[in-house]
Amino acid sequence: MSTQAHAADHHDHDHKPGFVKRWLFSTNHKDIGTLYLIFAMVGGTIGGFLSMGIRAELAEPGMQIFSNPHMFNVFSTAHGLIMIFFMIMPSLFGGFGNWFVPLMIGAPDMAFPRLNNVSFWLMPPALTLLIISLFVEGPSGMNGAGVGWTVYPPHSTSGHPGPAVDFAILALHLAGASSILSSINFITTIFNMRTPGMTLHKMPLFVWSMLVTAFLLLLAMPVLAGAITMLLTDRNFGTTFFDPAGGGDPVLFQHLFWFFGHPEVYVIILPGFGIVSQVISTFSKKPVFGYLPMAYAMVAIGAVGFVVWAHHMYTAGLSLDTQAYFLAATMVIAVPTGIKIFSWIATMWGGSVRFPTPMLFAIGFIVLFTLGGVTGVVLANPGIDRAFHDTVYVVAHFHYTMSIGALFTLFSGWYYWFPKMTGYMYNETLGKIHFWMLFIGVNVTFFPQHFSGMAGMARRQADYPDALAGWNMISTIGAWISIAAMAVFFFAMALAFVRKQKAGDNPWGVGATTLEWTVSSPPAFHAFEKLPKVK
Amino acid sequence: MRNRLKGGQQNSAVFKGIGSILASAVFSLMLIGVAHAGNGQPSPWQIGFQEPVTVIARQIESFHDFLMIVITLVTLFVMGLLAYIILKFNEKANPVPSKTTHNTAIEVIWTIVPILILLVICIPSFRLLFAQYTFPKADLVIKATGNQWYWSYEYPDQGGMSFDQLMLRDDDNNPIGGPDGQPRVLAVDNFVVVPVNKNVELLITASDVIHNWTIPAFGVKVDAVPGRVVRAWFNADTIGTYYGQCSELCGKDHAYMPIGVKVMSEADYGTWLAKAKKEYASSEPVGKKSGDTQLAASVNASTNR
Ligand code: HEM
Ligand SMILES: [Cu+2]
Ligand SMILES: [Cu+2]
Repeated sequence: MSTQAHAADHHDHDHKPGFVKRWLFSTNHKDIGTLYLIFAMVGGTIGGFLSMGIRAELAEPGMQIFSNPHMFNVFSTAHGLIMIFFMIMPSLFGGFGNWFVPLMIGAPDMAFPRLNNVSFWLMPPALTLLIISLFVEGPSGMNGAGVGWTVYPPHSTSGHPGPAVDFAILALHLAGASSILSSINFITTIFNMRTPGMTLHKMPLFVWSMLVTAFLLLLAMPVLAGAITMLLTDRNFGTTFFDPAGGGDPVLFQHLFWFFGHPEVYVIILPGFGIVSQVISTFSKKPVFGYLPMAYAMVAIGAVGFVVWAHHMYTAGLSLDTQAYFLAATMVIAVPTGIKIFSWIATMWGGSVRFPTPMLFAIGFIVLFTLGGVTGVVLANPGIDRAFHDTVYVVAHFHYTMSIGALFTLFSGWYYWFPKMTGYMYNETLGKIHFWMLFIGVNVTFFPQHFSGMAGMARRQADYPDALAGWNMISTIGAWISIAAMAVFFFAMALAFVRKQKAGDNPWGVGATTLEWTVSSPPAFHAFEKLPKVK
Repeated sequence: MRNRLKGGQQNSAVFKGIGSILASAVFSLMLIGVAHAGNGQPSPWQIGFQEPVTVIARQIESFHDFLMIVITLVTLFVMGLLAYIILKFNEKANPVPSKTTHNTAIEVIWTIVPILILLVICIPSFRLLFAQYTFPKADLVIKATGNQWYWSYEYPDQGGMSFDQLMLRDDDNNPIGGPDGQPRVLAVDNFVVVPVNKNVELLITASDVIHNWTIPAFGVKVDAVPGRVVRAWFNADTIGTYYGQCSELCGKDHAYMPIGVKVMSEADYGTWLAKAKKEYASSEPVGKKSGDTQLAASVNASTNR
């Protein structure tokens, strides 16, 4: 951020390289974190624009803004991929992870600074490839990949003869490579670079969440890479992994995809779990309740997350026994999830709780995540999922958990660490307006989708029966409210940079006990010239 | 409330004007848990399932009713705790925070109780799952093949009679009511017809990409996968017209390949069958490339490159 310049007056020996060296060849974890955050804002803006296209189209029955329904599919595909890979992951994992893992464990930087730079710079080309895919041929005579973020063949192979899907696959390859490299970096950093006294069992929960996330990425991403490489060779080199005509099977792809896909949804939310734990503890002025169970609940969620994948495939023709197993396994995941929720509540219980913007977003997250969690328990039952699968009820479920749920943890972390990262205080009133508008907006958007989904509205459809007009109209109104909320956010941020109101090293007071609050705001280019001691 | 309109489409003319929207909103709110306004299709401001007409669909509904109670209680419990915290443990009300960070008893409770709740959920869940996979002896077999973007059906027991089912496009003169008095987007040209109270076995596959065959009122939803034939079954006990929509993203006109099934009395079915045999025997359906659909599916998939 432009404000880094002010950090210079803290230390004389705070050698900052010139612009090109600092921002293009960056090896500083905070600068790379900043790059990730800016990149995520770009991704989020594009993804948000695409979602407006989706809601505008669905505002009324019949075709509204697209003349070809394929364009609708392209929009929802790009919306999903961009929000996951180019908004949530770069901000929560890349952005906050790079900024705060080293600060929180008292490390001078990440273990492999140059690798860190590579991880970031793989991302802009990945996004570029994905955007190119919008403008090249997909199905014969039409542009863009309308395959959904799940990229199921044969729709993504024989259904899309043009190169659009190839571009999307290569985009995922680059983004996946980036994630694997940064995971290696985080794991190495967390295991080897903790300051003396910072044992694993003293690490802040945010660091724990990053550690588990990194392991999930390390194990899941290669499987996605394998699956989409097979897709690529099916498309271009005549293999038939997923083509029944050559002895292949389209359902094989689904297994591979969801072996990655279910851990991926936890990759998206686990860093948020970490953030919410820090924020709630800070503003309750209490240590986290049940620190060890909290840490190991995340480990458990990560582990069990690898053996539940086929709950996304209950209608794919799996055998009875397979469905019975995945029913049981999926139920298990709700237990550690419940432990997290109850422990957050217990952390606040008996606390002296303040409600500034980051805390509002954290509590908002608990509300959303509880609603999404309980619908997860409904969907876990194959017998009932028969009714809900591929309806907008599932869309409501995963937006409550992974999408807007994760977005709320992102804003919680953003407001929480904004003073630390920039040195400036944001306007509390605007922050609260942002929270309430967004909270109302997303609920108005997604709650009615439980009803329309139950009534039978299939997802990923550009048009729907006229009877569903009512709930869809409400959903679209919610989307406009959310967009207005985002305008408030950007205004609030711009205002903070104009006002330049100094935040101080620890604006949050006694509850903020982690190491990042002991250094200046913004931290010096090299925050820890000497390693801090942890008792 | 059960409106069993005989073969009736409660067509979407219902959807006229804001007044009736509001009225039906209030109405459906009054009937939470009871109302199934639609028969075989969604209805405005609906908040429940479509009226179930098979044993399985009813079992789905009652299991869901049970789950709703459980998850509503859980949600209210969590929200209640949050509200209590906001009221009692805010900075003003409680200036000095407690130091508690552990309480083994409560941690054991909030691990064990959810496990028990989940175990209780598992019982009806397994029962439903096994019921869905207990195939009764079939009275009638129908083969459904998903194509971009229409369905083809075959009645193998009726001399291989087969036909295609395409969406009826919007009638320009009557944009609201929908074509042929059927609801827009759901309207089809040829219905699948089955006799009431008979076990119908479905063999579902696809010729090009993955589609998904579903009739919400039957509680049936099955992916149609090229190269695979998946079995499913239903036994509809209420005469009427039922609609579903392709439920796996399959390309441009994914929203425009509805599924329409008419459940008829044994006698009406007989009449239809006699007529259909003549009508559909003559013309080879578009989607049917060779005798063996499964083979056709694979051939199609590989030549579509
Ligand atoms: C209480 C725990 C949860 C359970 C039991 C659960 C269960 C399920 C099931 C069974 C489905 C498949 C529904 C279908 O497609 O028919 C599903 C979909 C999904 N869930 Fe969850 N879920 C839980 C929590 C979460 C969380 C925490 C996240 C993310 C942070 C998440 C993200 C998703 C996503 C993204 C999908 C849809 C993927 C797609 O089809 O595009 N879920 N969930
Ligand atoms: Cu999952
Ligand atoms: Cu289809």
